Formats: sequence, structure tokens, C-alpha cells
Amino acid sequence: METYTLIVLLLAATIRVATPLLLAALAGMFSERSGVIALGLEGMMLGAAFASAAVAAVSGSAWLGLGAGIIAAMALALLLAFACVTQRGNQVIAGMAINLMVAGLGPALALAWFDLGGQTPQLEAAGQRFLSLRWPWAESARAHPAPGLLYAELISGHNFLVYFAAALVPVSAWVLYRTRFGLRLRAVGENPAAVDTAGVAVNRLRYQAVLISGALCGVAGTYLSTAASSGFVRDMTAGKGYLALAALIFGKWKPWPTCGACLLFAFTDALATRLQGVALPLVGVIPVQFILALPYVLTVLLLAGFVGTAVAPRAIGVPYLKEK
Amino acid sequence: MSTSAKLPRWAELFLLPAINLLVALLLAGVVIKAMGESPWAALKLMTGGAFGSQESIGYTLYYATNFIFTGLAVAVAYHAGLFNIGAEGQAYIGGLGVGLVCLWLGAWPFWLVLPLAILAGAVFGAAWAFIPAWLQARRGSHIVITTIMFNFIAAAVMTWLLVNVLIKPGQQSPESREFAPNAFMPALHELLAKVGITFTSTPLNLAFVLALLAAVLVWLLVWRTRWGYAMRVAGLNPAAAVYAGIHPPRVTIWAMLLSGALAGSLGLNELMGSQHRILLDFPGGAGFVGIAVALMGRNHPLGIFLAAVLFGALTQGGSQLSFDMPRINRDMVVVIQGLVILSCGALENIFRSPLAALLAKFSQRKDEA
Amino acid sequence: MNRDAAAPALELRGIDKRFGPVHANRAVSFSAARGSIHGIIGENGAGKSTLMNIVYGLHRADAGEIRVQGRTVAISSPQDAIAAGIGMVHQHFLLVENFTVLENIVLGAEGGRRLADGLGAARTGLEQLARDYGLEVPLDAIVSELPVGLQQRVEILKALYRGADILILDEPTAVLTPQEADQLFKMLERLRSQGKTVLLVTHKLREIMAVTDRVTVMRQGAIVGAVATRDTSPRELAEKMVGRAVLLNVERGPAKPGATLLTVRDLEVRDRLGVARVKGVSFTLQAGEIVGIAGVAGNGQSELLEALAGIRAPSRGEIELGGRHLVREGLDARARRRLGLAHVPEDRLRMGVVAGFSAQDNAILGYHDLPAYQHGLLLDRAAVLAGCEKKMSAYDVRPPNPALRIASFSGGNQQKLVLAREIDSDPRVLLIGQPTRGVDIGAIEFIHRQLVALRDAGKALLLVSVELEEILGLADRILVMSAGEIVGEIASADATEKKVGLMMAGVKGEGHA
Repeated sequence: METYTLIVLLLAATIRVATPLLLAALAGMFSERSGVIALGLEGMMLGAAFASAAVAAVSGSAWLGLGAGIIAAMALALLLAFACVTQRGNQVIAGMAINLMVAGLGPALALAWFDLGGQTPQLEAAGQRFLSLRWPWAESARAHPAPGLLYAELISGHNFLVYFAAALVPVSAWVLYRTRFGLRLRAVGENPAAVDTAGVAVNRLRYQAVLISGALCGVAGTYLSTAASSGFVRDMTAGKGYLALAALIFGKWKPWPTCGACLLFAFTDALATRLQGVALPLVGVIPVQFILALPYVLTVLLLAGFVGTAVAPRAIGVPYLKEK
Repeated sequence: MSTSAKLPRWAELFLLPAINLLVALLLAGVVIKAMGESPWAALKLMTGGAFGSQESIGYTLYYATNFIFTGLAVAVAYHAGLFNIGAEGQAYIGGLGVGLVCLWLGAWPFWLVLPLAILAGAVFGAAWAFIPAWLQARRGSHIVITTIMFNFIAAAVMTWLLVNVLIKPGQQSPESREFAPNAFMPALHELLAKVGITFTSTPLNLAFVLALLAAVLVWLLVWRTRWGYAMRVAGLNPAAAVYAGIHPPRVTIWAMLLSGALAGSLGLNELMGSQHRILLDFPGGAGFVGIAVALMGRNHPLGIFLAAVLFGALTQGGSQLSFDMPRINRDMVVVIQGLVILSCGALENIFRSPLAALLAKFSQRKDEA
Repeated sequence: MNRDAAAPALELRGIDKRFGPVHANRAVSFSAARGSIHGIIGENGAGKSTLMNIVYGLHRADAGEIRVQGRTVAISSPQDAIAAGIGMVHQHFLLVENFTVLENIVLGAEGGRRLADGLGAARTGLEQLARDYGLEVPLDAIVSELPVGLQQRVEILKALYRGADILILDEPTAVLTPQEADQLFKMLERLRSQGKTVLLVTHKLREIMAVTDRVTVMRQGAIVGAVATRDTSPRELAEKMVGRAVLLNVERGPAKPGATLLTVRDLEVRDRLGVARVKGVSFTLQAGEIVGIAGVAGNGQSELLEALAGIRAPSRGEIELGGRHLVREGLDARARRRLGLAHVPEDRLRMGVVAGFSAQDNAILGYHDLPAYQHGLLLDRAAVLAGCEKKMSAYDVRPPNPALRIASFSGGNQQKLVLAREIDSDPRVLLIGQPTRGVDIGAIEFIHRQLVALRDAGKALLLVSVELEEILGLADRILVMSAGEIVGEIASADATEKKVGLMMAGVKGEGHA
């Protein structure tokens, strides 16, 4: 029974850790499927984390924070779209530039406005954070073994953003494969000239895709600072934007496999946290630094082993120029 | 037939980057205003802080040395068609090599320690670049992502080493013990004193000269040898490379090894020349500044030198600024770096066409006159 | 809608367009009557494609007006063109490879926000359309899996589905066998009989004579002639295209083949997905002859050439050159050059030159590690410069400026430089692919003369070209490739376009080795 509890708790932790990854990965999916490389996820998330924490601290409402986070990330997305689509700039560099800029801007603004050494104020009051939502009868269900625990810990008890992220997977799949917008989006990532010649505006589609990715990164960043922690701290995304991209590639740019990849990454992260300080048979205690490095090592292994054959959207990374 | 404007060479190499820089500074000024300080005052403080005295100049050039190494690293990879985002991690691990030589061979005479330290820095840095290079060459794994991952892994490895293995017994902060004096890189003010020139004491050291030497060697290699030619062909057109009997995967690997070696030499300046011990996070973002420097410098050693001095000035000026304007700190410099990368690397086309049109008008008027 | 039945279907008045210093269209005016097939002919770079792109809204004209059925229309995007009843089939198909035929056709006219809403109706409408015009295509097939001829049908269907009355076809037969081209022409005639107007843009005289009612000739951006097809001849059209009397045939004496220089044995080459593109090809090359490989693009010639040049490794078979076994010994392109095998690639922009380099840097591509160009560890820049100048003067490359970026040279001059580079190394065997693609007529004559001169000097040449006329004019011996195999060999004296065309279509005829 103890093992079962452990597993359920582990899975619950996995879901919580996977949420920002999943949101960012789906954000990346929209962008990359339209042909724009999504290297700016890290920066957009971080920007949203800062904006949402700042606004939540000042206004007292996590929902206002969410709005601010989405707006901030979309503003960054607009800048990215401008550089990549309109100006046809190098998409890798544009993404990296935004990441760097935000990495400095967040703490700089935080210092100037809150004077706390680069952080935002702690979110303590109720309503400033996204807290767990208890589903009906969750507490009483806990008493019942097996399914009760599953209900109480795994299904109930997550915050709103987690449920949002989970719902987003089928919604994204529906948008991508069953709507006119999705068809055009996929086409523009494969052969923008075909879309242009059919009378559909290529650049506008790409702008829409990048802005959607901004909105989703906004939710992801908000989650980090107002749900998973209680405020913005410098560099708090810690590479999650890149991990999300790796999950997307591993998931072959499709919604459901990408979700699976995010869960896998999150599971290793949650597992590693559990194993911290615990002496394993044969190897002893794994140093904390190696545990922290595990997701990155795993990404490299995945890129080395499996992803070599994944086929990216054909026109990705190539700015569209009308002349032939 | 593309209508992208053509600029004369001097405009492409100097004027356009200058304009890009100006735009970046303007945008940064907007941010400073939003933070409640005067951008003009900030600029004055920064320039004064960077060039106002012998001491400032010394510090500026000392910072610039790091950026020359990482800028060259990014540029070499770029010429081979690769984005090396991993210069930060390669510098970190390369510095480990330099540090280990200094720690273990501190008893040996300096003229032995120096070449071995140079070698160790290069080898360790190259080794850290090898796996991402191999993965890109043989498995097609995107080098941008793998090098980013390796930055994080390097941080983890170095933290573990410094906390558990290299730490000086009995002390709290994760640093190694100090190197023996034989393993100190001679400071430039000492060397200048020997020839009778007085210069204030600053961390500027011999590594600066080594960086300049590296720049010259890189220039020779890339533009004046057959290997550099092969590298540039592979970077510009892999299909043409295969046609010409060049092997792009091989070029990928040795270009990245060279790139990692250059980044790894940062330890010569920072550890052997200034800190005299191995410590946490000594690259301090130099790997990313290297990207900005390479872009601004148009991936040419001369441009890289100038851009590196510029960023050295920004760093030195920036720390001066944070003394006098407590609301602004080092983070602002990072913002400027990001803005420079954005305007140099991604938004450069904005200015190219109007500039070309403007220049065309001028030369038309000159012809008519 | 005001449809003036007597008005031309399409009329252009004074269309002018510049791209920077290049004057692509000079006040072009012409009209195409309703229910006709109108040919537009001109050399590469004459401005035909630009003009059609303007009609279809991909470019905006600097001046001039477009009239459809007598009404002036403003066309600033493909959407406008489609609304005006204009459809276009591009030379390089604009299809989304991993979509189905249906998805490709409805793209842009899906019939509703949710795909399910519009697809059903689209399917019925398309099936009717296909029957009406004889353009049957499997609607649920993935485009990348269809043969080229069917892909073209998808493009035509796409245009008709969007209501095109005026159909523009840009170089449609580039990827078709002569027989497939004839089938296309039948389809066009059917469209004409239904009242559609077809604009056929091409540089091939044969097509103009075969199917058009009227032909307009363009040269250097301007219209230089507009006649009824039956009132003119290929020679007359060619002269108008070039502006002077044209030598349509290459003058060459009989070949004197000597020793065997290259032997190819049972070569098999597979592509990235493991599909065999070259299946068991064997032949020999003798000194002093030009062997031409005829075939429609995509039948394995490119892969064969790449395997011979050392760019692509064959999965089976052997290539012998000068007593060495190139495959067994694993000799790469560099080693093969050292053995005297030079290669002028089919796609010079993709692999024959480096676009960002100057002419002199391109002049040593593939030869950059020759001792003659080294000075110790460094490159001998003076030697490189001198070598380039020599090549440029010998092959009349204009402008003779080694420091100029290669992209600033015209296609013909680029090709001459590439040829100069490969011939300068004094090879024993020269592989050449599409030597005159994108090259103006003056340079074409020059290049053909050079190749014949090389042959007479005792070299062996392997010529791959999709232009049948070029093969018939240059080759001493013709091998025909179809579906990856050599399906026939014929001596040039016996070769006619019809015979070779049949072989290209896979009909094994006389002369089969």
C-alpha cells in the first residue's frame, strides 16, 4: 500500500511539473508548425512569470496576474514575430536575443520597482496565487483505498492552470487537424508558396501562430510564479523553455505525443526529487547536482537516439520571400 | 532575383553595426527611463566608467579579453554554418583544465606552466564541444539545443566538483585553493613596469595579448588557408562542399573543436590571470556575450576585437553605473546585450534597405556634381 | 458582371516592372482571345515569368493595366487574381507534399471554419469537375506519392476548382515525357473547346507549334512579335527570340572513339528512403566520344551522375577509371578529380558554385588544395587570382572581374566559369549535367563548341540533359534512361526525336542494346 501511495503522489507531482512544460511545448508546436523556430519560449515564459507575479503582488489577484502574464508574453511574441516574419531575421538569433533580454529585464525591473534584489514580493495573501482546487467529495474519498486516493490526489487538488493545460491537448489537436485555421497553419509550415498562391496571407498566419504561442507561454510563465511558487525569482525558468522544445521534437510536433514526452520529462524530474538524499542500492546517494542535471542529460540522449529521424515541418526556419 | 539591398563593404562592416548598436542603446534608454533614471546621465556615467581613467581602461580591456575568446569561438563555428550557443559551458570546462594545470603543476617554472595551461584550456573546452558536434554531424541532432543542454550540464558538473572535490579544506565558499605564484599569468602593469611604463594596477594580464594572437591566427586560418576555405564552403553550401570533395560532417566536428578550444581559453584570462583560483560561474555570461560580439563584429576577427572592447566597456561602465545609480545593476547590461543581439542579428534588415537607398542617393549626387 | 463577349479574355496594356536595375517588363501590351490557347515564348530571363506573376498577383506592376473580359481589374494578390477568374500552374508545383489531393485543392477555399463542413461538398464538386475535363485524380492520395503527371493534374484541378476561366501554365512540360506532354496538350484543347483561355508560357518551340493558336514572343522584357501560329515557323520564332539568325544545330564532325576510359558495371543507387533510383546500369565511355543520357527528369540520371562523381555512394556495382575501382576503394569526389574525373553539376547554383563567394573563390572550388594554389600553409592568393583571370579570358566570362560576387554574373557566364574550372584541370573524363540550363543562346553556342572541342581532343564526355534537342545535337551515342534503367542505346546517326521519345516513355524499341 505504501508503494501505491508513493506512486500516486509521484504521478501527482509529475502532473504539476509537466504543466508548464506542456503549455510551453504546445506553444512551440503552433509556432513551429507554421514554420517559425520556437527558441524564444524560455524568454516569453520568464517574462510572463515576472509580469504575473508583479501584478499579482500589487493588485492582490492571481487572475489579474494571469492576464498580465499573457499580455507580457504576447508582447514579446509580437516582437519575435516582427523580427522573424516581417523582417525575415534569423529565427534562432531572434529567440536567443529575447531570452537574454528578458533574463536581464525581469530582475532589472524588479529591482527598480520593488527593491528586493531582483525578485518580486512574496505572494502570501489568498487570491494572489493559484491554489489547489478541491473537487467535490475529495476529502471523504481519500478514506477509501486505491480509487479514492487516486481521485483525491491525482485528479482533484490541482490548481486551475493544470486543468487548463490538460484540456488544451485535445483542443490543440482539434484546432490543428479539424479546422480551416489548422489546415492553413500546417500548410504554411510545409510550403508557404502553396498557401500564398491559394490566396491566403502567409505572414498573417505566422503572426497568428506566434501570438498563440505567446499566449500559451504566458499561461506557462504565470503558472511558474503564481502557482508553483510564490513570486518571481531571477532565472526561474531554468531551461524549461528548451526542455519544452525538446519534448516537442520528441513528440514529432504532434499534440498527443508531445504531451507524452512532457509527462516523461516531468516524471524523471519528480522521481529525481524523490530520490534526493536517498541511498540507492549499489550507487549510494546521488549528488544533488546530478539529479538536477538529469533532464538535460535525458534531452541530449533523446536528441541523440530517437530524434535523428523526426521530420520537422518542411519550411521551418526559412523566412518567406515572395519572389522566385 | 532578390531585392535585398547591397551595401558597400565599409557600410556593411562598420556603419550598419554602429546603427544597430545605436538602436539597442536607444531602446535600453527607454527601459532606463521606465525605471526612473535618466538615460543620458546613465550613458555619461558608463562612458566615464569605461574609459575615464587608466584603471577603467585596464578593466575594460580585461573584460574584453574574455569576450574576444568567446566571440572568436562563436565566429569560427558560424563560418562552418553552426550556431555554438555552448561557449559558456565550454569556457567553464576549459577553465577547469586551466585551473587543474595551475593547481597541480604550480611548482613548475612559469614558462612550462603557461603552454600546458593553454593546451589544457583548449583541450578541455574542445572536449566539451565534441559531443554536441558529433551528434550534429552523425545524428543530425540540432546543435543549438544540444549545446544549450551542455551549458546546464557543465554548470552541474562544475558545481559538484567545486563543492565536493576541489574545495579548499575548511572553507565555506566553493572555490579551490589559490594557485602558486608560478601559475599566475603576469599582469600587464607589471610587464609594462619592466619596460619603464607606469600603468595602474588592474587585472589586465598577458592573456589579453594571447587573445589578440588568437584573433590573428583565426583570421589566417579562416581566410588564408585551404582548411578555412573548406570550412567556409561547408558552412555556406553543404551540397557544394560535397561536390568539391569536402566532408561537411568532418568540418562540423573540427570547427566545433576549434570553437570549444577558443572558448576554453577564457580561463587563461579569468582564472590564471585574475582570480588565481577556480570558482563558481567564473564565465559569468561571457559565452552569451560572445554571441553578441560575433554578430556585431560580423564574424571577422577585427570586428570581434572592436565589439569585444565595446562590450568590455559596457561591463566596466555598467558596474560603475550600479555604484552611482543603485536602481540599476548588472542586469541592465544583460538587457543591452540582448538588444544588441536582436538588432544586429535579427533586425538588421530594417536598416539595410533605407541605408542602401540613402547611400545610393549620395553617390548619385556625387556623380552628378 | 459585364461580360463583353467580343472582348479578349485577358488584355494587358503597358505593363512595366523593374527589379532594382533590371527592367523585367517594358511596357508590355498584348491580348488573348477567349477560347484560345495563346503561347508566350522567350528565352530564360526574357520576362515571361515575371509578366505571368504580375497577372497572377504575385508581383505588382509599376505601371500598366490588366483587363479581364473587357473590365479593368486591380490585381495585387493571388486572391484578386482568383476572384478575377485567373488560375496558374507553376513550373515547380506548389503543393503541400504530405497533404492529400483534396486538402491541397481546398486550401484557401475550405468552405467553412470547420473542415468537416466544407469537405463533403468539395468532394462532390471536384468529382464532377474531374469528369467534365477528363482530369481524374484519386482525391485521398497523398500528393508526394503521386507521379509527376498526376501532380500536375492536381494543380490544374486546383485552378479550375477556384473558378479559373483563364489558365496560365508556366513551362508545364519540363517534367513530362514527350508522350505525356501530348496528353497535356489534348487536355488543353479540351479546355479550349469549353471556352477556357489558356496561356502557355514556354521556351520550347515544339510546343508552341504543336498546340497554340497565337504566339507572342518576348525578348529582354519587351514584346517583339505577336503572330498566329500557323503563319510562322520555328526558325522565325527562334530568330525573334534571340534577335539574330540562330544556328539551330551544332556543327560537329564524326567521332573517333578510342580506348575505354570509364567502365560502369551494374550500378545501383538508392535514395535517402532506400528506394532504388538507378537499377543495374552498365555502360562504357571511350576517349574521343560524347555519350548522351536522354530521359525525362527524375528517372535516375541525377543519381547516376552523383554516383559517378563521388557525391553519392552506390549500394551495388563498380566504376572503373584509369585502372582504379572507385567504389571498392571508396574514393570521394576529391580523389576522383585527382584521377582525372571532372564534373559540371546539373544544378550549378545548388552545388556548382558557392553563391556568397567571389568568382575567384569559386574558380578553385574542388581544387582548393592543389599544390599550385598553396604557399606553405597558406593559400597563394596571387596564383588563385591569376588562374581565375586566365579562365575568364579563355572562356569569355563577362565581366572579367575575379573579385565580383558570383551571383552578379548571368547564368551563362556562371556556367562558363564552372566549365572553365572543370576543363582547366585537364580531366580525362568529363561528366556534365544540363550544361545549358538557364543559359542565354550566345553562351549555349559557345559551350556546345567547347564540348565538341574537348571530344576532339580525345576526352570522354558523359552528357546528361533533359533537352532532347541538345542530346540529339551533341551526342555521338545516346543511352536512354527510364525508371532507373538504361532501356535503349542508339547511335546518333539513327536517332530521331520520335524514336528516342518512345524509349524515354519505357517503350523498348529498336536499338535496344
